[in-house]
This record gives sequence, C-alpha cells and structure tokens, in this order.
Amino acid sequence: MKNNIINIFKSLSDSLKDLYPIILVIAFFQIFVLQQPIPNLSEILIGTFLVVVGLTLFVQGLKIGLFPIGEAMAYAFARKGSLFWLLTFSFALGFGTTVAEPALIAVAAKAANVAATAGAIVDTEESRSSYANGLRFTVALSVGIALVIGVLRIIRGWPIQYLIITGYIGVVIMTAFAPNEIIGIAYDSGGVTTSTITVPLVTALGVGLASSIKGRNPMVDGFGLIAFASLTPMIFVMGYGMIL
Amino acid sequence: MIELIQKIASVTLSTVFDVLPIAVIIFGFQLFVIRKKIPHLKQVLQGFVYVLLGLSFFLVGLEMALFPVGELMATQLTDPEFIYGSLEAIPEFFHWSDYKWVYIFAATIGFSTTIAEPALLAVAIKARDVSGGAISVWGLRSAVAIGAGIGVALGTYRVVSGTPLHYYIIAGYVVVMIQTVFAPKMIIALAYDSGGVTTSTVTVPLVTALGLGLASTVPGRSALLDGFGLIAFTCLFPIITVMAYAQLSQWRAKRNGSK
Repeated sequence: MKNNIINIFKSLSDSLKDLYPIILVIAFFQIFVLQQPIPNLSEILIGTFLVVVGLTLFVQGLKIGLFPIGEAMAYAFARKGSLFWLLTFSFALGFGTTVAEPALIAVAAKAANVAATAGAIVDTEESRSSYANGLRFTVALSVGIALVIGVLRIIRGWPIQYLIITGYIGVVIMTAFAPNEIIGIAYDSGGVTTSTITVPLVTALGVGLASSIKGRNPMVDGFGLIAFASLTPMIFVMGYGMIL
Repeated sequence: MIELIQKIASVTLSTVFDVLPIAVIIFGFQLFVIRKKIPHLKQVLQGFVYVLLGLSFFLVGLEMALFPVGELMATQLTDPEFIYGSLEAIPEFFHWSDYKWVYIFAATIGFSTTIAEPALLAVAIKARDVSGGAISVWGLRSAVAIGAGIGVALGTYRVVSGTPLHYYIIAGYVVVMIQTVFAPKMIIALAYDSGGVTTSTVTVPLVTALGLGLASTVPGRSALLDGFGLIAFTCLFPIITVMAYAQLSQWRAKRNGSK
C-alpha cells in the first residue's frame, strides 16, 4: 500500500514535469511580451490539475492495458500463422480507428468548405457533407491499407526506407497534378489520423510482431507502422481531390 | 463544481465512443478469430478504464487551462495592433521580420506542447524498453520536440511570406532521404514514426489556431488556403531531428572510442 502511494506520487510528479515547459512559455509571453494578466487563474489551476491527473492515469492504463493487449494479439496472430487474418485485423484496426477520429472529422469539414469556396463542388449543405464524408472514408481506407503494407513489411523484413521514399515520390508526383487548394489539406491529413489511443496500440502490435517472428529485430523492424499511416493519407487525399 | 463534473462526464462519454470501434475490433478478433482467452483480462480492462478516464480528464483540463489561453495568445500575437504598436502605424508593405514574436512563440509552443503529447510519451516508453535503455525517454522526446518547434516556426514564416507549401515539404523530404543513407539503421523506423506521433491531442488545436490567426490577419493571405500546412511541418521536422540525434550520438560514441 505504501509502495503504491509512493508510485502514484512519482508518476504525478513525472506528469507535472511534462507540463512545465508549456506553463513557462505561456507565462513568459503573457507577462513579458503581451504584458497582460492571465485571465481566470483559478480555472487554469483546476484545469492544470486535471491534466496532470489525466496524464498519470493514461500512462498507467498504457502499461497495464493497451501495451499488453497489443502485444498479446501480435503473439497470438504470429502463433496462429494465418497471414489472412492478421492482415484483415490490421486493415480493420486502421480503418476503424480512423473513420471515427474527431480530428479527422473536423479537418474533413474544413476541407469541404475550402472546396465549396474554390468552386470545386456546388456550395450546398448536402454536397459539402457528402464531400466531407467521402474524404473521411478515403483517409480511413488509406490508413487501413497503410497498416496492411506496414505489417507485411514487418513479416517479410523489407527495409522501411525504400517503401517510405517510394511514398514520398508518390506525394511529390501527386502534388504536381493535384488541384492547388487540396494540397495543404492533404499534407495536414497525414498528421491528424494518428490519435492518442491508436498510436500505443499500433506500436505495441508492431513491436510484438517483430519480436515474435524469428530473424526480426524489434528495434529495426517493429517501428514504422505509424509512418505508413501518416504517409498514405496524403497520397489518397490528393487523389480524391483530383477525381472530384 | 457540478458543471465541471457534467463536463467530465460528457467528455468521457464521447471518448468512450472514440474507443468503442477499437474495443469492438480487438475483442471481436479475440473471440472469433484467435478464440483464446485474453491473458490478464481483468487487468487489461482496468487499463482501458484508466486510459479512458485519463484521456477525458486530460481533455477537460486542456479545454479549461490551455486552449483558451493559447488561442487568445495566438490571436493577440498575430493582431496587427500588437505588431505595429497602434492601428495607425500599420505600414502598407510589411517585412517578414515584423512577425518575430510570432516565430518565437511558434517555436516554443511547438516544443512545449510536443513534450506533453501523450502519444509521443507512449512511443518513447516503448522505444526505451525495446532498445534496452539506449534510447532514453527524454532524449527521444526532446529530439522530437525540437523538430516540432522548428517545424511550427518555419510553418508560420511560410504563412507570413506566402511561399508555396510544397517547396518546403519536398526540400524536407530530400533532407530525410539523404539522412536515411547515413543514419544508424536502428533509428530509421523510429524516426519515421516520430513524425506522426507529434500531432495529436495537445499540439493540433493550438497550432491550428495559430495558423488560422496568422492567415486571417496577414495582408494578402486567406485563412482558407494558407491556414493549412502547419501540421505537415510539425510532422516532417521531427523525422530530421530524431535522425540527427542518433547521428550525433553515434558520432560522439565513435570519437570517444577512437581516443
């Protein structure tokens, strides 16, 4: 019990350490540059307290929940030896986690606004929401495909750089042909797809796979799934912009 | 107080809906394809509850403490009245260096929000465990955060100067390719990954606010067309700094070894 309490305090102080750069930056700019008082100080203090508690709980949950389940599934699939089911699982995980991602929904709505203003689609509520939904499914599809490619790569032991650089070349070629107003959105969509819950799960899956397959090194082969998941949406979204 | 509890409850509810598809996929595959009992099921479920609650507290806290202040500061710093002292002093033509505080703010806020990013922390913990401690949690996080800071600062410069986004991104890709040839093999996959993990819960809302604030106040920019692209910068530069961090460690190890 005593150990538990010490542990909780230790992780609380770790979380506090993660936050103090933000506090410093905000305080410096408010006091020295903008020279304005910090509004609602009590609310900020309560908020900071919640952030610290939340971060501590999250890290605990990672260690006992998300990491073990991701690894356990990787081992189970490796032992089962069915490539088909492993790839189906990877696709489902990529697609399922992305399609409901709130950050993506926000970006898709903004993109629909841009497209309507630029005259690429008719400026009505209906056509905008169908454009946004189409975009969301496109990105989710691309993340699903990214995880399939990434998992195949871990199993086969392909070096990651050739695949990523091929992807970069794909992005550059697509940039030349895609309509101008979609480029910024496409580039940004790569970053918003990987959420706080997906990342630990996918990382644990990759590392678990790489350590359960003979001849793979978890450091060299285990990482890289996120990289694919943030690259393919750029290509797919530009493609989407070109077709519509 | 009641309001706060209500807010936490409603955010928790929406987080549950975010996690639901993941849980359905995991438990569905466990039940129907793997057909084995989940090891330490009770503990895993407890972990899921912790993650849910933790994330909800984290989000509510951010919304109370960080986002309003951060967004307010982004608008204040990009306000022409602040940059030129008064409304009358706004010149017809502006120089990119007029926005110097914006760049400094962008760099420091990019750095500090990335340090606090839970997804990055998760990857850093995993990287430390897998590398047997060779890659420290703080080393990786600092390298990524420096990259994110450079990325956001350069991104704001791009919005101010109005240069095309893809020039920067393509130049960044070329640097990444060259570094890939020289960087130690074991860091490459991790470096590529660190691009995607920088931008989630904390960084995206603040950086987006900064980009939109800038694009709507700098003369000649449109919020719709120039406001995007900051996230892409934040994703690209950490790849470069993480590889540079590994190259630097390797170089130092070599130099010490040859002595």
